[in-house]
Amino acid sequence: MARIITLRDALREAMSEEMRRDESVFLMGEEVAEYNGAYKVSKGMLDEFGAQRVIDTPIAELGFAGIGVGAAMNGLRPIVEFMTWNFAVLAFDQIVNNAAKTLTQSAGEFMCPIVFRGPSGAAGQLAQQHSQTFESWMANVPGLKVISSINPADAKGLLKSAIRDNDPVCIMESEIMYGHKGDVPEGDDILVPIGKAKVTREGKDVTIVSFNKMILEAEKAAEELAKEGISAEVIDLRTIRPLDHHTLVESVKKTNRMVVVDESWPFAGVSAEIAYEIQKYAFDYLDAPVTRVNSADTSLGYAPTFVEEYLPNATKVIKAVKEVLYTNA
Amino acid sequence: MADVLTAKSKAKKTSKTKYSKKTYLQWYETMLRVRRFEEKCLYGYSKQKIRGFLHVYIGQEAIAAALTSAITKEDKLVTAYRQHGIALARGLSSDSCMAELFGKSTGCVKGKGGSMHFFSKEHNYFGGNGIVGAQIPIGTGMALAEKYRKTKNISVCMFGDGAARQGALYESFNMAMTWKLPVLYICENNGYAMGTSVERTSNVNKIYTVGSAFDMPSEPVDGMSPEAVHEAIEKAAKHIRSGKGPYFLEINTYRYRGHSVSDPAKYRTKDELNEYKGKDPIILTEQKMVKEKIASQKEIDKIKDAIEKEIEAAYAFAEESPYPLGSELYDDNYVQKDYPFIMD
Repeated sequence: MARIITLRDALREAMSEEMRRDESVFLMGEEVAEYNGAYKVSKGMLDEFGAQRVIDTPIAELGFAGIGVGAAMNGLRPIVEFMTWNFAVLAFDQIVNNAAKTLTQSAGEFMCPIVFRGPSGAAGQLAQQHSQTFESWMANVPGLKVISSINPADAKGLLKSAIRDNDPVCIMESEIMYGHKGDVPEGDDILVPIGKAKVTREGKDVTIVSFNKMILEAEKAAEELAKEGISAEVIDLRTIRPLDHHTLVESVKKTNRMVVVDESWPFAGVSAEIAYEIQKYAFDYLDAPVTRVNSADTSLGYAPTFVEEYLPNATKVIKAVKEVLYTNA
Repeated sequence: MADVLTAKSKAKKTSKTKYSKKTYLQWYETMLRVRRFEEKCLYGYSKQKIRGFLHVYIGQEAIAAALTSAITKEDKLVTAYRQHGIALARGLSSDSCMAELFGKSTGCVKGKGGSMHFFSKEHNYFGGNGIVGAQIPIGTGMALAEKYRKTKNISVCMFGDGAARQGALYESFNMAMTWKLPVLYICENNGYAMGTSVERTSNVNKIYTVGSAFDMPSEPVDGMSPEAVHEAIEKAAKHIRSGKGPYFLEINTYRYRGHSVSDPAKYRTKDELNEYKGKDPIILTEQKMVKEKIASQKEIDKIKDAIEKEIEAAYAFAEESPYPLGSELYDDNYVQKDYPFIMD
């Protein structure tokens, strides 16, 4: 049985179910307990699990991320919530130099089973410091796994997998998608595997790859293109590291063309990695260069015109698809 | 250095507590093991057998020795990169530590860590950390886990005077006190953060007073005296185990060598170095044991011989051990056994 619930509720279900299942799982972060979460993701969790397992922290990202790392090394399974990944920049030393390195430095003596989660990406007119994406930053680091999904069922199943995973996992959500609804199956043991992309729409003329909230722009574009007789396949990456190269290559073998829709900046980002993989492993199948639609190679200004200029959208995706199809609109 | 020396002179120099012959001999043996190990490391470095960064503990041995006698084996410990002495005192073998410095597969972390990163779950040794101050939140989190599991263990979180100026310390002290975590913070103040003396890094040169901003019980300790170190740590650990929360000790010490092997330490005077060498904990402990008839010269010489042989054997063991295979680079990056690395 499936129900239609929001991303926010799906994420809370994932955390609550795993906390019921395993005493060593706990949640810490700013405003997660008494305030019920800055975006209400953890609503009601303090009441159920108590202050020992749902812990309000002061505003000290480096400190509480490191406390999470130490607790994970010493046998617990922390979920560390960042109010946004923009603030997690303060904690990068603990994520990059410690969580990602603990296992290798200790030659397997100490694991670091920790989840760092929070929203990433632009969320309205929030200007330069509150609008960045962090998938490619974190995915650059061996030792970490990176998940980015706004589909409620996928996000729930992936968060549950991440909590049970023995490696450190970074999860990117989205402020403006917490109210996004979708079918989520009933049952507290339904996992979505880390490292597997999902074909959300089958097609034969072009492959559009995306993740997080840009998947909605990709799907909107595919819908419009269908009206013009262009059949687009849409792939939701869901996991950024490890990247599911296999699904991407197989799709290109069928469609011979690819557009990557990626909210991160273009330089050395997720789209660059995908384009490399496709030219390397599907070169003979390509009928056009892989093309990408990224956010602008600038910081995001406040005015609505800047937001429009900066972000990928369905119109920009359609334009890119026509480019790889060599059809002029 | 003037202010620092003042702080040190106010620290307790001696202790009235009487310790057993066994304890004195253990301190002596541990301090000597560390001293000889570090001297051999410097030799190995000069022969290019040991590479990378090498920060030796010579001069600070009393802290490692007395720390070990004052806490339990179940207590958790994390420290910074000047860590060989603490790992040895905690029980890691000279063989496995020397082999690690040689980058050999028989090393305590199979050649993955080198000088700055020894680890041992068996010894509750959570590592040497190479990022100044990064272990302060980590040691705090280790304490959170002990409290969460309702154990009686404490987390011992060690760092140097340089790390005491990192923001991570202030965030950690604040949360540890707010949540009354069972953590003992130890600042090993050896006077210099690399080449910068303590008084050049802050307006506040008595580092232990930083704890007062958080109402954390904090004291200075004479780090050249194993008696003083043991007494202070034992008292602090008792406080922490009773559920009263963290404790902060600034243990004043001195490193005889530079920050690392590549540092000639031109920023300090010969007189200053000689002053500390005059307080050498190994020489003074030996003299005290003989003078006060705690142990005979014969018993002491027996320890000297045994340590000499142990370190020579460790060096030979390290030399004869094989390097890890290059392909082992891929081991232990992920717990997941079939992680799909990008290999093109």
